[in-house]
Amino acid sequence: MANVAVCVLGSLGYDRAAQGAAGAGRALAESVGGELHALVIGPASDDAVAALAAVADRVVIGANEALGDYQPEQALQAAQRLHAAGGGDYVAVLLSNDTYSQEIAPRLAHRLGGSSMADAAAIRADGDHLLAQRTAYGGKAISIYRLKKQPAVVWLRARGFEPAPEQASPGDVTTVDLALDPPRIRITGREVAAQEGVRLEDAPVIVSGGRGLGGPEPFQELKKLADAIGAEQGASRAACDAGWVPPNWQVGQTGKKVAPELYIAIAISGASQHLLGMGDSKVVAAINTDADAPIFKHCSFGIVEDYKQVVPLLTEKLQSLAG
Amino acid sequence: MKLLVCLKQILDPDVPARDFQIDPAAKAARRGGANLVTNIFCENAVETALQFREAATGEVKITALCYGESSAEDCLRKAMAMTVDEACLVERDGNTNPDAAAVGRVLAAAIRRLEQDGGPFDAVLVGRESGDWGVGQTGGLLAEELGRPALGFVESLQPGNGGVTLRRQTDVGIEVAEAEPPFLVTITNNEDNVPRIPKTRDVMMSYRKPLQKLSLADLELDSEEIRTGSSIFEVEEIFIPADEVECELAEGDTLEERVDQLAKRIHEVVASIG
Repeated sequence: MANVAVCVLGSLGYDRAAQGAAGAGRALAESVGGELHALVIGPASDDAVAALAAVADRVVIGANEALGDYQPEQALQAAQRLHAAGGGDYVAVLLSNDTYSQEIAPRLAHRLGGSSMADAAAIRADGDHLLAQRTAYGGKAISIYRLKKQPAVVWLRARGFEPAPEQASPGDVTTVDLALDPPRIRITGREVAAQEGVRLEDAPVIVSGGRGLGGPEPFQELKKLADAIGAEQGASRAACDAGWVPPNWQVGQTGKKVAPELYIAIAISGASQHLLGMGDSKVVAAINTDADAPIFKHCSFGIVEDYKQVVPLLTEKLQSLAG
Repeated sequence: MKLLVCLKQILDPDVPARDFQIDPAAKAARRGGANLVTNIFCENAVETALQFREAATGEVKITALCYGESSAEDCLRKAMAMTVDEACLVERDGNTNPDAAAVGRVLAAAIRRLEQDGGPFDAVLVGRESGDWGVGQTGGLLAEELGRPALGFVESLQPGNGGVTLRRQTDVGIEVAEAEPPFLVTITNNEDNVPRIPKTRDVMMSYRKPLQKLSLADLELDSEEIRTGSSIFEVEEIFIPADEVECELAEGDTLEERVDQLAKRIHEVVASIG
């Protein structure tokens, strides 16, 4: 018997990214003829647990109040115990693309004697191995890795996967009490950057601005456009490095890896490092003055025009279309 | 205190896409005319360590460590020119593309050897990912090999209350953490840890600083076992994606018409999401 686990942080809930990770997990479980289990690190809302039970054959919750406040050493310890509590016979343990999951993945793999891989855009089983596809060389290449040890602990570009379908009957939910060691690195403070709405990784529509905007002010104009279509705002590395917008807006190789339904790139040329962060978007639209900008080779539709001319008019038209 | 910074030498990631080629036999990028450079996040890690030394009241010694080809000596010399105190190169022995598990094991063995001789490192700093493969697993795997706690995406280390205060970047903003040595961090970039340009005098002085070379045999590691036995992944396939998608550009005689077309397309997609 070989099962698949999706490992989620209870505090993040069953968001779109977790839905995608579970979807990837269900497809993989079907291909290996096993069950899909959800391993939940720490307390989760009743809604999140019910949603996980609807799509998984089994849900195991690691209970300890301390886990509500994320500490990497404790989350890792919890994930390792949950792996055992779920039966331990997993071909793969899948995680989402939040910061916490990213830092846990390689360490969990090591503790379980498995393989680890980051930022997979596609996965499939090949015999006892898992194959994981991802970008390499700053987006210039696509590589497929053979993960040779089980379990393959992989964090996914989760939103790029279809959400897991609901099962005919909900999975069993069990709670295990976990004793945890005090962490030797303790997160003592969080300076949460002002962010309205959902995380970028979870946003269905993103409006991003780049170097071509020339300063922080135009992002106000882009915000009106974003609001008109219920989008979140992102930015290229150049715009973040210049201090125009907070660093957690950055989409790209060294920023967030997003896969929304619609990504609108405004005054972004489309360097490979940026494309790496948003290349899996379902539809990409671009607004740029330079018809030769690489972004026009990676978008479905666009306009060659100065954003200053386009954005206010576009916002107005979208507001009236939304009625 | 003692800090250790791990460095990786990579192909210059700024090679333009049109010059980028794959070597199908090696299943890796062809070097072509590209320079070899220190991975940027590793240089951010060197800078972060130097700033910690400048902020600390007591003595802080910084060692740079690399598992690489003999050409990687350049990265270590550059780190010493940035005023790192000493360096160690573990020579790669023909294993041209070791996986992250191999790198983690070799670095851990080298760290233990250096600690036998010179005492424990309070902090090990590793770049968050490399600009070539960018798998980003080495730091976490090394932490486990060493059995030390770790924190990812750190942008600064400051002397703290009996320990070290860390600041790091997450999805939701900045987190501050207190760490008791010994520990490991992976380093990301921010505006304050841009690597300094070495002074000419320091470049000259770097050739007088100690650079120790170790082989896998010196570390009592079996190169074949490292290459295959404990490997966790390998590149099955690599290719350059066919990027050219057909972009439909808004057309029309007036700006109004073109923007109108664009608005309709955007509205269509947004409406389909529901």
